[in-house]
Amino acid sequence: MRSVSGRVGIWLLLAAVLVLLPHALSFSQQEILVFLTINILLVASYRLLTLTGEWSLGHAVIMGVGAYASALYTKEFGIFVPVSMVLGACTAALVAMILSYPLFRMKGFYFLIGSFAAGEIIRLFWNRFREPFGGPKGIKRIDPMPDFDILVWQFDFFEPVSYYYFSAVVVGASLWLMWRIERSPVGLTFHAVHWQDKLAEATGVNVRAYRTLAFVVASGFAGLSGALLAHYIGAVNPNIFDLELMVFVLTWTIIGGTATIYGPVIGCIALTIVNEIVLREFGLEQMRPFVYGLLMIVSVLFLPKGLESLVQKGLARIASSGLDRDMGRERETPGS
Amino acid sequence: MSAKLLEVSDLCMRFGGLAAVDNLSFAVEKGAIHGVIGPNGAGKTTTFNVISGFYKPTAGTVRLRGETISGLRMYEVARRGIVRTFQHSTLFSEMTVLENVLVGTHLNYRPNIFAAIVGWDSDDRRAARAKSEETLEFFGLLERAGDRAGDLPHGHQRALGLAIAMVARPEVMLLDEPFTGMNPEETNSMMSLMFKLRDNGVTILIVEHDMHAIMGICDVITVMNFGKLLAKGRPDEIRRDPAVIEAYLGSARDVA
Ligand SMILES: Nc1ncnc2c1ncn2[C@@H]1O[C@H](COP(=O)(O)OP(=O)(O)O)[C@@H](O)[C@H]1O
Ligand SMILES: [Mg+2]
Repeated sequence: MRSVSGRVGIWLLLAAVLVLLPHALSFSQQEILVFLTINILLVASYRLLTLTGEWSLGHAVIMGVGAYASALYTKEFGIFVPVSMVLGACTAALVAMILSYPLFRMKGFYFLIGSFAAGEIIRLFWNRFREPFGGPKGIKRIDPMPDFDILVWQFDFFEPVSYYYFSAVVVGASLWLMWRIERSPVGLTFHAVHWQDKLAEATGVNVRAYRTLAFVVASGFAGLSGALLAHYIGAVNPNIFDLELMVFVLTWTIIGGTATIYGPVIGCIALTIVNEIVLREFGLEQMRPFVYGLLMIVSVLFLPKGLESLVQKGLARIASSGLDRDMGRERETPGS
Repeated sequence: MSAKLLEVSDLCMRFGGLAAVDNLSFAVEKGAIHGVIGPNGAGKTTTFNVISGFYKPTAGTVRLRGETISGLRMYEVARRGIVRTFQHSTLFSEMTVLENVLVGTHLNYRPNIFAAIVGWDSDDRRAARAKSEETLEFFGLLERAGDRAGDLPHGHQRALGLAIAMVARPEVMLLDEPFTGMNPEETNSMMSLMFKLRDNGVTILIVEHDMHAIMGICDVITVMNFGKLLAKGRPDEIRRDPAVIEAYLGSARDVA
């Protein structure tokens, strides 16, 4: 009982921190917080994709598919923004489904290269076709999230704080869904496919279908993050979703670690702090690729299991010290 | 005479110029423990690979209950009731013992992502778990359910490999060298496990080098050499077969 109430307490504390956080920040930091929230969804969805063992280089572009699709649905058909975000996510999932047919004929390195090529082809379409994608300049003046009121609270979504609350709820719900999936027999099968695909197939698992499933669901969430981004900044273009963003996603994932759902999230938060606070404060933004590369090497050498392994150790220590206390009480009586 | 459950006819598997399996035919009867032996490189593993759908045969057919299954993918073969173990990599060493066996329940409790999110699959999950624990009990592994599979001693790892296959409730199990690296004690307990499996109605096709074990548990033995059928019969017939003794001279004199 104690541990359940303790857990509820921790979640309430976290929620309180997340609600109060933007009020402790400057306007520009609030904007960064919105981007951070959206990036957390992107990187968490990337981890879902990697659960079956395949690493893609097309994930940033898939995010863009969600962004473009949602932007176009509102612009061309006047669809209500939250609905078009969901439709954008579905579009990204659908595109991933189509891409999976050629891509999952390949494995490992070839899959990596294939996914990169597929992403570049999509970017080529955006660049090439003014109608409807707007060419290299992209799509501008995308409908913002319409204002609304809940009881006494008014949400004006030009305000970063409002948009932060909105995206935090969407991202939180998405993370919860991904967690449910991973903890289910479906998630167990993803892991099985990752560790021993032949053995999994011998016990009746349609390995390719499961790889496709992970890819499609992850792409849906990536598309949702893209839609969140599009309706916040109000403009999308092909350069937003380039290889640089993909490298960031990889860096967050590797530095954070992929064993837990919070690993890449921690990686994303840590590097955003490094990026926005350390580099920007000292005017070292030009050095960003260099610093990222350095951090990546340092983490691979000294923290190969990622930042998450520090958290895991900390949690294990807390758990074992609690256990020691309980055991200690028992040991005293019969022992001496 | 009981029915032919699994029939291999005129099976050929060529790799480039090499005929790893060459015009092989044999049949497995329902409820039997059927051994496949032969010198190293005789084509036993390749035969298993073809039956289980890991390879498509160059020629010939494999039939299960009369239905042609050669050419199907491995998971499709598994869904029809043939589950195999591998000579190597027989478990998911990074996952817990219980999780390993839960993967084996995939066939009978097919997961569904929407049911999993909403939580409608709780009955299935409970049943799969119960079935898994029952199987672990059967193999004497229940106390280690929470351990990482890769940390188990070798004998237990082998038993876990069988448990993964067994929990799927297959009609036929293909076991590739299950006794490798076991001490005599472990071999003996493994042999009694096989008898238990057979008594549960599972048909077993087994490749094994350990002659003592294979002679002790098999009802029928098929002997292969250079991809071809060399002999078939009951263990006592095989032991006295001059062709078999000839093939084994120099490698394992103790067949006779
Ligand atoms: N994938 C493959 N490619 C090429 N040759 C193979 C392949 N698999 C097996 N072989 C060859 O086929 C022959 C039979 O191998 P195998 O079935 O593993 O024998 P056994 O299991 O009876 O020891 C060997 O000569 C082996 O080198
Ligand atoms: Mg072999």
